Amino acid sequence: MNKVTAITSILLAGILTNNMVLSKFLGICPFLGVSKKVKTALSMSIAVTLVMVIASAVTWPIDTYILKQDYNYLQTVVFILVIAAIVQLIEIVLKKYIPPIYKALGIYLPLITTNCAVLGITLINVQNKLDFVSSLFNALAAGLGFMLAMILFAGVREKLETADIPEFLKGLPITLVAAALVSLSFLGFAGIGG
Amino acid sequence: MFGNIFWPIIVVGIIGLIAGLGLALASKFMAVKTDEKQEKIRECLPGANCGACGYSGCDGYAEAVANGEAEPNKCAPGGAASAAALAELLGVSVDTTPMVAFVKCGGNREITKTKYGYDGFMSCSAANLLYGGPLSCEYGCIGFGDCYNACPFGAIEMKEGKPVICPDKCVGCSKCVNACPKGVITLVPKGAKVLVKCNNKKKGAPVVKNCNVSCIGCGMCERACPNNAVKVVDNLATIDYNLCTACGKCKEACKRNVII
Repeated sequence: MNKVTAITSILLAGILTNNMVLSKFLGICPFLGVSKKVKTALSMSIAVTLVMVIASAVTWPIDTYILKQDYNYLQTVVFILVIAAIVQLIEIVLKKYIPPIYKALGIYLPLITTNCAVLGITLINVQNKLDFVSSLFNALAAGLGFMLAMILFAGVREKLETADIPEFLKGLPITLVAAALVSLSFLGFAGIGG
Repeated sequence: MFGNIFWPIIVVGIIGLIAGLGLALASKFMAVKTDEKQEKIRECLPGANCGACGYSGCDGYAEAVANGEAEPNKCAPGGAASAAALAELLGVSVDTTPMVAFVKCGGNREITKTKYGYDGFMSCSAANLLYGGPLSCEYGCIGFGDCYNACPFGAIEMKEGKPVICPDKCVGCSKCVNACPKGVITLVPKGAKVLVKCNNKKKGAPVVKNCNVSCIGCGMCERACPNNAVKVVDNLATIDYNLCTACGKCKEACKRNVII
């Protein structure tokens, strides 16, 4: 398999078959929390994608060259530490050099400091023993998959606002039911991967 | 054995140290100067983040004031003190009379007649959906306490099925004004001596039939006022507090004890 095919399959798998939210059930908190409007869902997803790629770029060398095989058990704690620091750093840098993006991402950037989808993708990268470039693309694919799920679900929720929902299902219950249905539909993509 | 424990401690410690130092340096060298004026304005605000000013909290309001988009007297909880402080900062003068909420209704379930027995969800807005509530006056207080629930400052007490507003606790944030489906609560200058305690916009006999303490729009108060401060608008006496001298002539003129 040449490089282009490999990367295409990583992207497709990350976005559709192994969708972060709908297949792996990571990052459910923002999925339910910030999916009320398409616009906020988009801002949140862009922030998540950005952080995922940068976090993967930083954690992969740390795992490969510092932790190696002997200290695998430190992955989770070190990665959380690094990701939290990176998010803060990104925030400071954006605030200084690209204020429009900082304003657009707003509160969502600090919110994803401890997002499990971000930690999840960095751990998946090193546990699947992907090389550096592949892990970057895997992170990008996971971010785009997150974005797809968020926007799809935000669309569903905007319809829910006007739907005639039975009293006992109003609010979070119907949101969870809808999330389950959207997730079920993504199960269909599992067939593509074979 | 020793290495097994020692090495991880060093690794995590060093990574943490690098991250911490990096962040500290970054925040120092890449610090963005926030608007000094905005920070000073923010310090003068009480920090209740109530949103009464119409902005997304005290920070949002401070930014708007700093940019000259908002008047400095919009902060309800801060009242005259914060308005004066802001005005001094900005070098402008503002009108600083604090406003408090006032219930424009003298009726209750005893005085006002009952239209039907209400047995539903005990909320004014719910009751209002059903033929405008269980009381015969379609303009008056329903008395299920939506305003009481909306007040973030504990300034409203429910007494005998009516909200009673404590002027000392009320900061004039308008939460109750917006919560009332009847629009029976309004903001009046704190310490106002003359108040119209009715919201009925109809005139004559039907009003009298519904409630003993109701404004029928007769206009006696308007004629009695020497300063043209009282006007009957939509069959309801209204007072212009900029003109009112609290002489009390309208109170004497009102035969239905609506002006208090």
